[in-house]
Order: sequence, then C-alpha cells, then structure tokens
Amino acid sequence: MEEQQLQAFVDSVVNYFQLNPGNAVRVGTPYLMEASKEITSDVSGMIAISGSRSGWVCYTAPRIMVKHLLLTLGESDTSSTNVMDMVGEVANTISGNLRKHFGSQFLISVPNVFEGRQLDSANTAAEDNRCYVVPIYWKQYHSSMVVYLH
Amino acid sequence: MLRLMIVDDSNVIRRKIERLHGNSLFKVVASVANGEDAVKQWDACKPDVVTMDITMPDMDGLAATRALLEKDPELRILVVSALADRETAIEALELGARGFLCKPFSDEALKNALENVIRE
Repeated sequence: MEEQQLQAFVDSVVNYFQLNPGNAVRVGTPYLMEASKEITSDVSGMIAISGSRSGWVCYTAPRIMVKHLLLTLGESDTSSTNVMDMVGEVANTISGNLRKHFGSQFLISVPNVFEGRQLDSANTAAEDNRCYVVPIYWKQYHSSMVVYLH
Repeated sequence: MLRLMIVDDSNVIRRKIERLHGNSLFKVVASVANGEDAVKQWDACKPDVVTMDITMPDMDGLAATRALLEKDPELRILVVSALADRETAIEALELGARGFLCKPFSDEALKNALENVIRE
C-alpha cells in the first residue's frame, strides 16, 4: 500500500474522532503487522472491501473504550448489544469515508462484528500481502485500525 | 408536526437521531434497520420525511429511496451515509433524495440538513 493511501486511512480515523469537542485523537505511526503478532482486542468490527480493491478493514478496541465513546455520543445504554453496534459503526464510517480517496468503486460490506477473537497476520493475510496496523489513541485508550488491501 | 422515519442498520445511530428530534418539529413514526422494512412499514406510518442510510443488509438505501419515491414522489428523503464520494451523493440526489449528509455528523449538521430538506 502506498504512503498516500495509508494517509487516507489516518485522515479518516481523525475525521471520525474529532467531530465532538474534547475528543482529540492521536494516530500513531502505521506499521506492518509482524508474523504471529497478535492484535488483542475485546470487540471488533470488520468491513470487507471489494470492487476496485479487495481486502478488509478492521477496527478493534477495548470494550471500555467503546462504552466511553457511546457515552460521549449521548447514548446512555452501554449494553453489549450497543457496544457491538458501535464498533461496527466506527468501522463502517471510517471505511465509507475512504471512498473520498479511493472512489465510488471502493465497495464496502455491512460490518461483521465479533468479540474475544484475536487478529494475527497468520490467519488474516496471505504471505505475499501486507497487513498494516494504524494505532489510535483516544483519551486513555488504545485501539487499532487494521488494514489489508491488495 | 412532521412525521419522521429513520432508516439505519445501526441502533446507535437510530437512537441518536431519535434523541435529537424527539422534542422538535418532528415526530418519529418509524425506526427501522434496513430498506426492506422501510418499504414494508411505509403504508402504516406514511412519513413526511425519511433519514436514509445507504449501506444496509437486505435492501440498501438507494434501492429503498427509489421504492419509497415510487409510493410517494413528494416524500422528502435525507440520505445519511458514510459513503463520502461525490458520485454516491450525486446518485442519491438524481434518484430524488432532497439532501445528503455524510457520517460522522454533528447534532447541528443533522438539524441543518433536515431543515434544508423541509425548506426545499
């Protein structure tokens, strides 16, 4: 993936979190996922990409962060159902916004949400392709956007 | 008071829109998770205004926009979607939607977009 494309992911993440005042986000330097390295998370939302590109985008975060995010959006119901809905919506919004950069043939699926699963490069990407991790720091939490495009 | 239908596969987004407009000039008459349910429920609730997501299971928002406008050509539809490319916004407007609001959106942006849709 080219640097400009990675920057598009970073911009999309920043755009999502900076909407509300006081929601400053810091995006770390994207890095290549190492073989067998695990990206541990509580909850994740995954979007399949097809059309002009193929692959997937996954947003993965601690459950407590997603609950905090719900509260800042004015949602008092932080049940598991809404946590899973929210993590899917974050993944959907960030992926959908990428069409500004990749164009209308960058087709995104509805979110597939899951909890308690660990992502690692061995089971998510072919050997000849590269999986990038974009670290996201919001308030006291650390979450990640994992991107696999080819 | 105008009758509002909310169509979005995210419960969190539906509730956000409901909260913003629960006490204003809108009355929420239906809140559904996909285009198919929107079309099914249209007869029962006859909304004046619809907020319509695009990426949804079963029937997407563009197909639902087309189907609802066949039932009521005067229906005011505000498309509210994360799909940020210009082509998608143009396609929605060419189908007959009255406005396009890109996610993520602020409370103020939603309020303004709905007011613009009503004024048109």
